[in-house]
Amino acid sequence: MQTTVGQPTFLAIIFFLVFISFTLYITYLAAKKTKTTTEFYAAARQITGFQNGVALAGDYMSAASFLGIAGLVALSGFDGMIFATGWLVGWPIMLFLIAEQVRNLGKYTFGDVVAYRLKNRPIRITVASAGIVVVLFYLIPQMVGSGTLIKLLFGFPYETAVMIVGAVMITYVLFGGMIATTWVQIIKAGLLIGGVTIMMIIAMAHFSFNPVKLYSAVAAKYGGAALLPGGLVKNPIDTISLGLALMFGVLGLPHILMRFYTVPDAKEARKSIAWATGCIGYFYLMIPIVGFSSAVLVGREMIAKIDRGGNMAAPLLAEFIGGPAFLGFISAVAFATILAVVAGLTLAGASALAHDLYTNVVKGGKATEAEQVRVARACTLIIGALSILLGIVFKGQNVAFLVGLVFAVACSANFPAIFLSIVWKRLTTPGAIASIVVGAASAIILIILSPTVWVTILKNPKAIFPLANPAIISMPLAFITAYVVSMMAPEKESEEKYDAMRTRTYLGVGAE
Amino acid sequence: MASIKEIEGSQEFRNLIRSRWQVAIVLTILQFIAYYGFILMVAYAKPTMAIKIGTVTTLAVIMGMLVIVATFILTLIYVLWANKNYDNNVVDLVKKIQRVG
Repeated sequence: MQTTVGQPTFLAIIFFLVFISFTLYITYLAAKKTKTTTEFYAAARQITGFQNGVALAGDYMSAASFLGIAGLVALSGFDGMIFATGWLVGWPIMLFLIAEQVRNLGKYTFGDVVAYRLKNRPIRITVASAGIVVVLFYLIPQMVGSGTLIKLLFGFPYETAVMIVGAVMITYVLFGGMIATTWVQIIKAGLLIGGVTIMMIIAMAHFSFNPVKLYSAVAAKYGGAALLPGGLVKNPIDTISLGLALMFGVLGLPHILMRFYTVPDAKEARKSIAWATGCIGYFYLMIPIVGFSSAVLVGREMIAKIDRGGNMAAPLLAEFIGGPAFLGFISAVAFATILAVVAGLTLAGASALAHDLYTNVVKGGKATEAEQVRVARACTLIIGALSILLGIVFKGQNVAFLVGLVFAVACSANFPAIFLSIVWKRLTTPGAIASIVVGAASAIILIILSPTVWVTILKNPKAIFPLANPAIISMPLAFITAYVVSMMAPEKESEEKYDAMRTRTYLGVGAE
Repeated sequence: MASIKEIEGSQEFRNLIRSRWQVAIVLTILQFIAYYGFILMVAYAKPTMAIKIGTVTTLAVIMGMLVIVATFILTLIYVLWANKNYDNNVVDLVKKIQRVG
């Protein structure tokens, strides 16, 4: 089959421009309503549970989960489905363990939660640093992915693509704050879910809307092995460790946690997770069908020829079943997907820098509203510029391991501190700080020593640490550190505040 | 009528927190069983996963989809429980505090 993937087609550019103009118009409207910190960081807490659920899905579903998993299913069959489940299972855990409490205790960032009863300055410095590390490490693969992807889809040079993504994303966050970011995420989630649904329906028409016919065609073309577990799960301990990172990493992602402050109360936060889980789950049920259909209709050879990783499986399927118009639409959807994720990340990074570090540490909590918003905007520029720079510096580098690193750091540094500050009375300031430092350091060091970095990137013959993802070691280590350090020296003030805090934690009394 | 301090120490409030965590922990364990059950079967029970449901569809494909469905159902169970039971108790306790002012 002939393809126009990689050539900037007229239709793709039109869809792309329509999306940009529409979202910039929303940003213009949002900017008029973005004057205070609550408006800038938390969309004035006026977002409903349903809207926030869709926005959470938009914040979370990256290009990797759309194009990457579709490609994995197309090229490797069933193994791609293992990833699809892994990306979803953290959401209910977040609801069961921390979401409502995080909503009740915090104001703009998860730093508010950890600092609630512990010593403000040292905790904020540690928590914000861990948060910024997570955000920057997550921004790198997103920006590199955006450059590569837009080059593949529209044919723009890599650097131009990175700068366009950066500039548009900075415009959203800088002027429209959380209100614009939320609507970009909602529109993106709607486009992504709608686009993939249409793609699935047209593709399934080729198989008389019968999944069994699709699977038969896959088995006929590539053998029954395509529908069976293959080589992905070689070492079960490794898979369990990765599973832990995916499950608990979601609970430590700053841009996800921040979204809970956009709804009025804990009940709406709870509803938003139900909607998010529904949207993301539905999406991951469809993606394997897209991947399998692409393998049958487009063919693995063609998919791998355009991009070895299989990332173009979904766009190629779109072109096969709907022609250049549908390809243009799906390309614009992929572009929107990247923009929404990087906008959420940049806002989270800026809030850690401005709210946790500047307002609470440098200014000791005493800064005027106007000053806080001004600093938040300045920090948006800093994080945004940094992300463009990192995107260009890491051009052509193998950065896929950074996503694993992000989830490992999030579940080992952020999650234990958040969880223990909510449920464990005896947690002390030194205990929380030691836990965050040990969790982050062990996750980063073990990843460097792991096969993914030590062998694949640094070209050493043998890995020092055998597992690809360190969560099974680093997360328990963070909990043990918090326990040991806290038990060594009790903190009376923290214990007293804990009792008084519980009516806010569980009843929402005094929640902002 | 009760002050915040009395509510904090009350049996009613403690029961609320305990029942919240009981439900949360049971559901967390079920989520673990659903996900890790699937992963361990992928790792250790490859022949079972190859069993055909119908003509070509393998148990592996069905199980993968079931994990996603189970994840959503567990989320829904929690939300329905919390909307029905937890919220009512929260409203009662908050009313008691507000009456004191």
